[in-house]
Amino acid sequence: MNKIGERLYNGIIKENPTYVLMLGMCPTLAVTTSAINGIGMGLSTTLVLVMSNMLISALRKVIPDKVRMPAFIVVVASFVTIVQFLVQGFLPSLYDALGIYIPLIVVNCIILGRAESYASKNPVIPSIFDGLGMGLGFTIGITIIGAIRELIGSGAIFGYQLLPLADESTNTFGYTPVSIFILAPGAFLVLGFVVAIMNKIRSGAAKRGVKITPPQGCLAGDCASCANKCSAASDANDDNASDEKSKE
Amino acid sequence: MKTLLIILIGSSIVNNVVLSQFLGLCPFLGVSKKTDTALGMGGAVIFVMAISSLVASIIYKFILVPTGFEYLQTIVFILVIAALVQFVEMFLKKKIPSLYKSLGVYLPLITTNCAVLGVALKNVTNEYDILESTVNGIATAIGFAIALIIMAGIREKIEYNDIPKPFRGSALVLITAGLMAMAFFGFSGVI
Repeated sequence: MNKIGERLYNGIIKENPTYVLMLGMCPTLAVTTSAINGIGMGLSTTLVLVMSNMLISALRKVIPDKVRMPAFIVVVASFVTIVQFLVQGFLPSLYDALGIYIPLIVVNCIILGRAESYASKNPVIPSIFDGLGMGLGFTIGITIIGAIRELIGSGAIFGYQLLPLADESTNTFGYTPVSIFILAPGAFLVLGFVVAIMNKIRSGAAKRGVKITPPQGCLAGDCASCANKCSAASDANDDNASDEKSKE
Repeated sequence: MKTLLIILIGSSIVNNVVLSQFLGLCPFLGVSKKTDTALGMGGAVIFVMAISSLVASIIYKFILVPTGFEYLQTIVFILVIAALVQFVEMFLKKKIPSLYKSLGVYLPLITTNCAVLGVALKNVTNEYDILESTVNGIATAIGFAIALIIMAGIREKIEYNDIPKPFRGSALVLITAGLMAMAFFGFSGVI
């Protein structure tokens, strides 16, 4: 029981994939045009993460170490295909909004990262809750970013008009939306400020002697580790795999 | 010819893969510190993306469609791309060592590049034929190289500025990318 709670806390707060580990930046930028898209993307990723963690952890003694990366990718890609059809069948409007980013969940660093660093080494039940925690952490993270962008870009959150809009024809006083925030540049600007705020929090925590897990992956400028973690390229390449092992 | 030209301009500039589709952000943030590495990476991506979109569309057209396994596209494409990058790396190492020397280090980074898978999937969604797919692959990669090289140029200048501490590193790069994306919005009237 303790273990389960610890895993959920770890995924949602301590190692939140969006704000602390800074993984999975492609979907974070691409689908956060509104809070509801963020939730949709987050929950689809959570579903894939839970199922793939479960299967990979169940098969961890069967999969030979040398071909683990291609094996993980096949598992993840199968679940992504299943989720893609579920979304297409039951939530067609969400499917249209997310489009190509649903199949691209395959290359999301979070999923292969968790498979590699947790599910392949731990029993099934903790792995399921690790996936659930990480997935929920990701969902909350991108929903907040989506809500910020939606609020600035159209004055609404979840489609609910929070700020009354200004209307020039009737001379009503109100909010003029900065629509650039729901377009592509706004994604970069919002994420840039989020990273800056996290840097500030991190340096503050370091002064107080609190340790926050450092960011991984591309935002840390650590492209090579990301390549080893999430690429299939290094899979067949034995020396890369052993390099990574010796690092660990 | 006209459709090919539209695909070429559309994918490389108007719908730039990094600045409006958010694909391939990892290398965009990681390899954009110096202009010459950016050039090398851009070259490697053009090379790999052209071959991978050609191969992926051939496989889709001649294997997946006749057998009715279109729904396996995600799995098949990612495995094909991973194997292909591996193969290209081995081929270059053996046959064209000079090219391998300049591109080799960037090749393993490319499979992480979700842009490669993204292009293959986009070719299917847009129902491009084999020639159009290849042109789309090359054009997308050119767009990636353009964004990467411009960003590297800007970062070389930013290096010496006095920036508030929390914004140093990737925060400022993201904000710069936002400004670049605004500039690229100006092209949206071209097509």
